[in-house]
Amino acid sequence: MSNETLNATPTATPIPTSDESSKDASNDPGISRRGFFMKLGILFNGLVAAALAVPITRFLLSSITRGSGNAYLSWVPLGSVNEFPEGETRLATFQNPYVMPTDGKTVGTACWVRRVEGDHFQVFAVNCAHLGCPVRWFPQSGLFMCPCHGGAYYRDGSRASGPPERGLFEYPSKVENGLITIQAGELPTPGGTAALATRKPPCA
Amino acid sequence: MRMIAKLGEWFDHRLQLAAPIREAVEHPIPRNTASWWYVFGSAALTVFLLQIVTGVLLALIYVPSGSEAWSSLQALNHDVTLGWFIRAMHGWGSNFMVAIVLIHMMQVFLFGAYKFPRELTWIVGVFLLLMTLGMAFTGQIMRFDQDAYWGLGIGASIASRVPIAGPAVVKLMLGGPIIAGATLSRFFALHVFVIPGLLIGFVALHVLMVLKLGINEWPMPGRIVKRATYETEYHELTKKDGAPFFPYAVWKDLFFAAFILLAIAACALYFGPFGPTGKPDPTIIQTAPKPDYFFLWLYALLSLLPPSLETPALLIGPVLVIIGLLLLPFLSGEGEKSWKRRPIAVLTVLLLAITLGTFTHLAEYAPWSPHMNAWSGDPVPERYLRGTTALERQGALVFQAKQCRNCHSLGDLGGLRGPSLDGVAVRLTQDQLIRQVIQGGGNMPAYAKNLSPAETTALVAFLRTLHPPGQAPARDAAREVALGDEKRSGGQP
Repeated sequence: MSNETLNATPTATPIPTSDESSKDASNDPGISRRGFFMKLGILFNGLVAAALAVPITRFLLSSITRGSGNAYLSWVPLGSVNEFPEGETRLATFQNPYVMPTDGKTVGTACWVRRVEGDHFQVFAVNCAHLGCPVRWFPQSGLFMCPCHGGAYYRDGSRASGPPERGLFEYPSKVENGLITIQAGELPTPGGTAALATRKPPCA
Repeated sequence: MRMIAKLGEWFDHRLQLAAPIREAVEHPIPRNTASWWYVFGSAALTVFLLQIVTGVLLALIYVPSGSEAWSSLQALNHDVTLGWFIRAMHGWGSNFMVAIVLIHMMQVFLFGAYKFPRELTWIVGVFLLLMTLGMAFTGQIMRFDQDAYWGLGIGASIASRVPIAGPAVVKLMLGGPIIAGATLSRFFALHVFVIPGLLIGFVALHVLMVLKLGINEWPMPGRIVKRATYETEYHELTKKDGAPFFPYAVWKDLFFAAFILLAIAACALYFGPFGPTGKPDPTIIQTAPKPDYFFLWLYALLSLLPPSLETPALLIGPVLVIIGLLLLPFLSGEGEKSWKRRPIAVLTVLLLAITLGTFTHLAEYAPWSPHMNAWSGDPVPERYLRGTTALERQGALVFQAKQCRNCHSLGDLGGLRGPSLDGVAVRLTQDQLIRQVIQGGGNMPAYAKNLSPAETTALVAFLRTLHPPGQAPARDAAREVALGDEKRSGGQP
């Protein structure tokens, strides 16, 4: 290293006619030709890295950007209204609308469908509002119970006891042509996906 | 023999590694560090190597695909010759690795080995601990079963609580809107490429620093570490009372490493591989997911924290702990090394060990979880029904049918979420019982909408019989006066 720098300084300065070197020398007398090219090389690499960072970052963040504006959500039919007796809560399953070839069984999703009366439905996510464990419905006591940390909810999804800070997540639902349909597609989490906020279903 | 020596010379002429290796293994160490207390670091390295080997072997069969991972694990367990043993070694290896890394860390802390000039060794070690835990968590997901699936759900629920960025963090973590194939693939990339790559680099750095800075001398009470003098004192010590690491101390490391490998193999043989449990099919909701052993304390903490403290504790707690660990060598980089003169250090270790141990023990039987099948599975003890009236027996039926048993035990059977009701009649009067059943409260749901007046009457009549033989049920004296009728005070025979 030290040899090179020693050699570099004398050879770089005496070149007489080169415009570049004289320019360099006038701008910054301390810089050598080699030093300049090394810096240029670093700059060049930096530019290439920055250019490559764009597709790499976009690839890495694609799972976020792809879902912007609720693009992951769509209306999914759960079955005929007649499958759900009035005043009862039943488990229904549906395929997640966004599917990748390697998903296997994980795209199957369960939800609790409560037919209050007529076309008035409440569809709850099975995921506990505490940490997402699957809650189970007990018709005898009219409670949803979570096996993980003991969260419990009443039949209308409101919090009954335990660590959850809110009621069960409720899918927006509607009845169309005798089919109960919900807007689904994202894992409901306490941090809140907009579509699963605690609001009354449109038909309420 | 001469051939081998010649071959060795040929290689060393090109590699030039013999001299630095000899220098490294023969570097003088303080004589008293050749102790059984100093074997945990090398044992952790040994288990890490075992994990690499068994991990590569598993990758020969395992398929990181949402649709095939579970069945490829079944094939490993049942079809591939000794596949179950390699899986068991890898699983038990991970348990041992976390345990040994924690013991190593505790020993380093108690022996003051993180003090000047070994601060950076400690800091790199903190990152190694985090990576080890990262491997344990991502490894649990590789076993793509029900526990892994719902464990990811818990992870996503925690991640979603990050302010503002929460939903984006969840999608980044899951690789999509739900837990699915892409989730497994990215955790596979972390478990197999990213974290092990970092681990290898950091382990190399860690070991290099141990060689360069020397093994921490056995702490003597009263031998104070000072930045100005420590290094000269240490060199004098290794000169005056030192011995070459090889072979003076290394035999203990070798013995312990072999012993640990043998212990892992024994556990693998005796207990077999971990899971996989049920298929990762989210439509099967009859499951009570539990994390692996080393995250049980967290599972307990999450159910015992008051709800309002949960999010801050989850998001800020780990950051504070990591910052604390990283700052430790700067806050007490000098001074006393011996645990005999560092009572706060000893108490800290004890407090942490007891806390983690207690939480882990609690999580093993999870008293906060309702027993989902207690109402239909655990009978009311016969002695509670002997000599009861028809109404009280009807009450016992209501008690079972309304799933009270899922949270309340009778005769040591049933849920532990609520208090045991074996002697509830002594604690609550009739009116208090009615109020508690109807209105709930104190973490109990209100049952007003799910019990008819007749059911409530029967249930309370049954609960009134639950008191020890020699002890009368609680009664409200004023009630009798107010109602003016003793017969209506509870119908006690």
